[in-house]
Amino acid sequence: MAREMLKGNVAMAEAAVRVGLEAYFGYPITPQTEVLEHLSARMPELGRTFVQAESEVAAINMVYGAACTGARVMSSSSSPGVSLMMEGISYISGTEVPAVLANVMRGGPGLGNIAPSQSDYNQAVHGGGHGDYNLIVLAPSTVQETIDLTVEAFDLAEKYRMIAMILTDGSIGQMMEPAELPEMRPVVRKDWDWATNGAIGRERRILSSIYINPPLEEETNLRLMKTWQKVQANEIRYKEYYLDDAEFVVIGFGTAGRVALSAVRAARAQGIKVGLFRPIILNPFPYAAIDELAARASAFLVVEMNSGQMLEDIRLAARGRLPIEFYARMGGIVPFPDEVLSEIRRVATTKLSTALHPRDAWLERFLAQSER
Amino acid sequence: MTTLAIPENLVYSRPESLTPVHNHYCPGCTHGIAHHLIAEVLDEMNLRERTIGVAPVGCSVFAYNYFNFDFVEAAHGRAPAMATGIKRLLPDRNVFTYQGDGDLASIGMAEIMHAAVRGENITVIFINNAIYGMTGGQMAPTTLPGQKTTSSPNGRDVETAGYPIRMAEILSNMDGAGYIVRRSLHDPKNIRLAKKAIRIAFETQMHGLGFSMVELLSTCPTNWGVTPVEALTWLSDHMIPAYPLGDFKVSEHVAAIKL
Amino acid sequence: MPARGWIEVSELYCKGCELCINACPQNVLKLDMEHLTPKGFHPAQIFQEGCTGCAICSIVCPDAAITVYREVTKKPMIAIGGA
Repeated sequence: MAREMLKGNVAMAEAAVRVGLEAYFGYPITPQTEVLEHLSARMPELGRTFVQAESEVAAINMVYGAACTGARVMSSSSSPGVSLMMEGISYISGTEVPAVLANVMRGGPGLGNIAPSQSDYNQAVHGGGHGDYNLIVLAPSTVQETIDLTVEAFDLAEKYRMIAMILTDGSIGQMMEPAELPEMRPVVRKDWDWATNGAIGRERRILSSIYINPPLEEETNLRLMKTWQKVQANEIRYKEYYLDDAEFVVIGFGTAGRVALSAVRAARAQGIKVGLFRPIILNPFPYAAIDELAARASAFLVVEMNSGQMLEDIRLAARGRLPIEFYARMGGIVPFPDEVLSEIRRVATTKLSTALHPRDAWLERFLAQSER
Repeated sequence: MTTLAIPENLVYSRPESLTPVHNHYCPGCTHGIAHHLIAEVLDEMNLRERTIGVAPVGCSVFAYNYFNFDFVEAAHGRAPAMATGIKRLLPDRNVFTYQGDGDLASIGMAEIMHAAVRGENITVIFINNAIYGMTGGQMAPTTLPGQKTTSSPNGRDVETAGYPIRMAEILSNMDGAGYIVRRSLHDPKNIRLAKKAIRIAFETQMHGLGFSMVELLSTCPTNWGVTPVEALTWLSDHMIPAYPLGDFKVSEHVAAIKL
Repeated sequence: MPARGWIEVSELYCKGCELCINACPQNVLKLDMEHLTPKGFHPAQIFQEGCTGCAICSIVCPDAAITVYREVTKKPMIAIGGA
């Protein structure tokens, strides 16, 4: 197919349609409403299911019901709406049925604003709903990557019988870029051996997340862990830029990673030996790759649009072997490449201290700078 | 007399759509009556294999253990949303929710209202026993004024806790609703009428005639603090005046269904 | 001559709730106080003549524990679950 100018949200929605999305249930919330609106026209046009639910609570439960039938189903929302979905996410995870969700992150906490942020990393990666469960979390940084990861999300969700979440932000959701959509595939409703689609000529099935007898719940918890180990073994995804001879490494995901790439390129042009490590799948987290880098780099510079959430996973992997610097913008502000370049130059030329937590060090610098 | 126990003389036996499992409901709880009525109707309509049930959270959270067809377990209050997801993907199946008064009229208020607003072709069996059973007898939105519960120990005070809610009347206002009725399970005549209503509700769904709900006034002997037989009288004396039995919405198409 | 009926109460399901005893128009039912079901309930049973096989007990039974028979005197009746 040809490349065309596509808006991130629309591209994500259409990509899902192309790979056989049978049902979408959602609710309007900025900055992802284009997903809902695009599908409100496309799905009926193709004879598929679209419902604008009464809330995100209802939407995720409709997803839950539809997922139990074995069909490809999706919902999307943004930060506050995803908070409302946490109950449903826990139930879907406990029932072990596949579904795809998208969180187009915005400023928070609370009502926040409609500008881009990355402050739901912890909610997605470290379990925002109750109980021991995991989501496969995919973090695109461009419209094309959004398309490609959406296509994969459905396969991953079905392969492991869990939720795959596309974690993007208002910037990627709203921007228009040239990108290529996949060819339209026919809808295939697979006859899974677990689906509750009517016990015609077979034993009846139950899909539930209740295991009132604790040993049976423990069995389920162990099964979920073993599945997660398979995901960890097979679904590590990241991209490396200029790392072969890099002395220190910038680490960022999504939009922050994309902005950092511009800064890294500019720094290289100035002769600074810096590289970029961009995680693409955030859960499972590429601990092993970071661990390896920590052994040979002189420092990390973590750039995020939150108060330092992935930062803690980096620190965990680095195990105190090198100084970790941090730079953030919050509140819906996207950092400019200049800001990150400034940070890169500071890291390249300053003797780094490990006295303060990187977040505290950043906050001190940031507030001091704002006062000037 | 046991010589009468031959197949030719069989008048009633346990329906196929119930599993051969002893249920956990308290002795005399009318959940069990609702269960066997649903099972009998599904047997008579030959719908067992095409039915998918959605269980609530409440005393009937384990309903899926007692029915011999596909079942899913919803989060508290969310059964109508789950049923929507299932029915939209499987429009030729018979999808019903089975919900109590907390599940449907409290936490699930948005989901039930909007399922009716959208005219979802699902059936809802609403068990109204004016109390929260599973969690030990707290006040429900359907608890009567002055009724003592564990969270209204001095009796429901309408000044602070409001008045009981009549769901059948409210939902009957939705244009998307095809069949909304209230029946009772306290005596044989009313149980027979309840069974007929359940039948018409499933027929409404099978004919694609909109949202259907049968509200069933039910007993909770344990949390009302009375015997199973006394509970039947408590229901007829106290609940029926507050929750009148009758047909609140029967669309002309539903009325025209010939059984 | 009234119809002659017979019921069988399953010990697997009966909880001795007495709804059937209360509903029986012929008053032929009572709890068997000499006997406990595996779950520890006193099951209902017929204790005297007079059952007409009306099946009202099975209508009110919350546990679908009762199987009802009625002597066929005319043409066969086919009843599926609750007359």
